[in-house]
Amino acid sequence: MKIHLPNSVWLGNINPFIHSFDTSNDEILEITSHKKWVSVHPVVLCMITGLGLFIREKKAKLSFEKMEATSKHYFERMGLFNILKLKSGIKIHLRESAGRFIPLQLITNSDRLDDFIREMIPLLHLKPEQAEPIKYIISELVRNVLEHANTESGAIVCAQYYKKSNTIRIGVVDTGVGIRFTLEKFYHPADDFQAIRLALTPGITGTTTRIGGTETNAGAGLFFIKSLAKISRDFFMIYSGRAMYKLLKNPKNKQIKLIADPFKDHFSSEIDLPFWRGTAVGIDLCLNNTLNFNELLDLIRGVYRESRKKQNKDKYRKPRFI
Amino acid sequence: MDIKLYEHVGSFAENKDIAKEIRVNKIIPALEDNKEVTLDFKKIESATQSFIHALISDLIRKKGIDILDKIYFKNCNDTVKKIIEIVIEYMQDHT
Repeated sequence: MKIHLPNSVWLGNINPFIHSFDTSNDEILEITSHKKWVSVHPVVLCMITGLGLFIREKKAKLSFEKMEATSKHYFERMGLFNILKLKSGIKIHLRESAGRFIPLQLITNSDRLDDFIREMIPLLHLKPEQAEPIKYIISELVRNVLEHANTESGAIVCAQYYKKSNTIRIGVVDTGVGIRFTLEKFYHPADDFQAIRLALTPGITGTTTRIGGTETNAGAGLFFIKSLAKISRDFFMIYSGRAMYKLLKNPKNKQIKLIADPFKDHFSSEIDLPFWRGTAVGIDLCLNNTLNFNELLDLIRGVYRESRKKQNKDKYRKPRFI
Repeated sequence: MDIKLYEHVGSFAENKDIAKEIRVNKIIPALEDNKEVTLDFKKIESATQSFIHALISDLIRKKGIDILDKIYFKNCNDTVKKIIEIVIEYMQDHT
């Protein structure tokens, strides 16, 4: 396998990066990078880490060409070389990471996730209402990995806060069985793209054919997360197998309406990409545009009602709050 | 029976494994003893829909929606209230 870190990869321009991923020989992983400057979304860092760990697990050869780019320190700081057990030769003055980033983490079980969520929020130095959607996203995405990906290496997570744009970018990646395999037992999706569509549709989970899920899986996690990106008028990308779905930015003058069918959103897609073993999710969240979390919940509730054609809330029995 | 969730999950209720444990080991036995259950969300700032789903959806599915007559949700902030309402409406659509 070969993968090249180009000058710049963000969710908006990630397609050429993925297309250039050469999966032809999984006995070796060769990683190269742009010589002057490399600037990448956290999901890219997570993907590189996932590939590296996969190769390590196979005891195959990992060749990471020495980085020359001026921005190479960033990769050291994010923990890439450390996690892949590579000697980068890059010396950095470790600074307090508060307010800037969450370095690469491997989360392999539920308790570790609990600890991670507790530890990460102070690192980002955000207001509680800003931290709310971030905790939510990471919890739901990582639990998806722990429950469905069937991989011992767990979830690979990192995030970066960009002060200038007041945006947090998050990546959560696994090298497990992928979405199509997870849904195969009950839904038999025709291809990876249809599998992604199902996974993003509220009420569908790989654990049952029953719409609405099982005792522990509602099948609503990814829909919630895509909705957060949509409301913040930002990108959400999910790549699994050969397919990628990318929610595009909603224009500022367009009123936002949440829709159950992801194919009715403003999106782009790829269906013939190099095969990604597992699932990669990237999300951007501009904190200027993020609605109050409660407002998001109102919108989501509206979608559920509409999709079930039950607009009259009086039809529902209500919880008793005291 | 009063179940103080903060003692089990801290201020962010997201651990579905713990939700399941509470459901299986505390809520179901209490309901089977014909007791009322109060789920106390004091000090809980937020919860995921997955957590609430794992906590209560199976009760509604197996015992019917009338089981809500025996469950109280106490000290919920607006976010937690909304998530509970979403999960309960969602379960009524799918049972």
